[in-house]
Amino acid sequence: MPLYQRLVPVIYILFLMLPIYWLLSMSFKTTNEILGGFSLFPQDFTLENYIEIFTDPTWYRGYLNSITYVLMNTVISITFALPAAYAFSRFRFLGDKHLFFWLLTNRMAPPAVFALPFFQLYAAIDLYDTHIAVALAHCLFNIPLAVWILEGFMSGVPKQLDEMAYIDGYSFPRFFVKIFMPAIASGIGVAAFFCFMYSWVEMLLSKTLTSVAAKSIAATMTRTASTAGYELGLLAAAGALTIIPGAIVIYFVRNYIAKGFSLGRV
Amino acid sequence: MIIKTVKQTAWFFVVPVVLLVAFNALIPLMTVVNYAFQETFGDNVFFWEGLTWFEQVLNSDRFHDAFLRQIMFTSIILLIEVPLGIVIALSMPRKGPWVSVCLVLMALPLLIPWNVVGAMWNIFALPDIGLLGYTLNSIGIDYNFTQQPVSAWITTILMDVWHWTSLVVLLAYAGLSAIPEAYYQAAKIDGASRWAVFKWIQLPKMKRVLTIAILLRFMDSFMIYTELIVLTGGGPGNSTTLLSIDLVKLALGQFDLGPAAAMSLIYFFIVLLICWVFYTLMMKNEQQ
Repeated sequence: MPLYQRLVPVIYILFLMLPIYWLLSMSFKTTNEILGGFSLFPQDFTLENYIEIFTDPTWYRGYLNSITYVLMNTVISITFALPAAYAFSRFRFLGDKHLFFWLLTNRMAPPAVFALPFFQLYAAIDLYDTHIAVALAHCLFNIPLAVWILEGFMSGVPKQLDEMAYIDGYSFPRFFVKIFMPAIASGIGVAAFFCFMYSWVEMLLSKTLTSVAAKSIAATMTRTASTAGYELGLLAAAGALTIIPGAIVIYFVRNYIAKGFSLGRV
Repeated sequence: MIIKTVKQTAWFFVVPVVLLVAFNALIPLMTVVNYAFQETFGDNVFFWEGLTWFEQVLNSDRFHDAFLRQIMFTSIILLIEVPLGIVIALSMPRKGPWVSVCLVLMALPLLIPWNVVGAMWNIFALPDIGLLGYTLNSIGIDYNFTQQPVSAWITTILMDVWHWTSLVVLLAYAGLSAIPEAYYQAAKIDGASRWAVFKWIQLPKMKRVLTIAILLRFMDSFMIYTELIVLTGGGPGNSTTLLSIDLVKLALGQFDLGPAAAMSLIYFFIVLLICWVFYTLMMKNEQQ
């Protein structure tokens, strides 16, 4: 590979890192320094913003609430999607193709369209402002995605595996849990990663469906704009902290993300 | 390819998913439909309005403008992100320790909450104290995304390219790494040029994943809301008011629920229609 070609990814990554660097740099500045003028590095290095987030319960609870509903959503989505994906990958049944497309259409629904009706629905069944409400609402787009990814991975497992297990006298649930799930473990990992990712980054529905008890970090962050002017340092610190869970998750699945994005069907 | 057996009882496996998704999809959708065809003054009293709201929305300049802006935005980001993503994927190392480093760093923007992406770009682009805005202004370019529509558009597109090009890179890279080494050796023996290798080996292998990339990017860019509302709020004026933002302004800002619901349905229908065309083409490709 010629040198100029090797530089392409390097330049791209530098471009990706610039705004992140700026966010980090801002988070270590005091509000006065930020508003005082331009500076490339924090002149007056401070951890004040982070300390405020970690000591104020209304702040750190936002993170805990978000992580709670994201994990709930991941577990629900994968549990429901596994049998469905199995059916789609192994059998032909009445309306299967239409059903599959209908599921995918829900991934296409703009959240802005559903925000208000969702609020009414979850208020009507008394789930408004609970973690489970957000977890269930996010199933709208995560379950179709999980079914799609898992179906791709399952189609890569030869059907002989099912037949062999049947001959060996495995009952279906035992075969599914003991043999089939380990065989598609990387697929489950990738699907879980995607559910985590989309639930973690989605902020419109989570903000609409929570107010106090299950307030998400997105809703918490809007506080910086309203109280005492515009606290940019605090906003930057809160933003920088939201990158961490994602970074941890990526590190664990780094060898599978490329395959997962192609939904297991390269 | 797995040969599927016909088995109607497979429906039992699918029922839980159907129930859960239908609960989330159909009830809100019916709420929207209710509002789209009726007028309400509260207290659950409804008056039939028929297609009035639909006509009103379809004939309004406001909807046309937002729709045109949306089409322009989606076309621009697709035209930038897809070729750029392919170029970057082609230049990435195939193996070695740098692959993981590249992938992790590139995937990072994808996992940042959307409101944080907007906020991050907002403080990055602020004309007086942001790195991008300050640098541009100090080298003599007049740039202020809160005042000038052109600057606002450039910032928005730059943000989207920053946020989502990695998705195309990851997909294209997945397609490329599935090409056996023997193909390249054969091309070398034949003395094929770099362009020929790309056109006859790499591009056909990437076709499927690129369709997925375009489909995902199309759907998501048509729904863009959170990043944009934090970055520009749809302004200055209405210059970056895309469909989602216009919809929320109509529904929550002015509380015009009837037209907002009608617009929701039209909006959803457009996305569905285009995705259906994509999906059918994709499935046709797969069967070949």
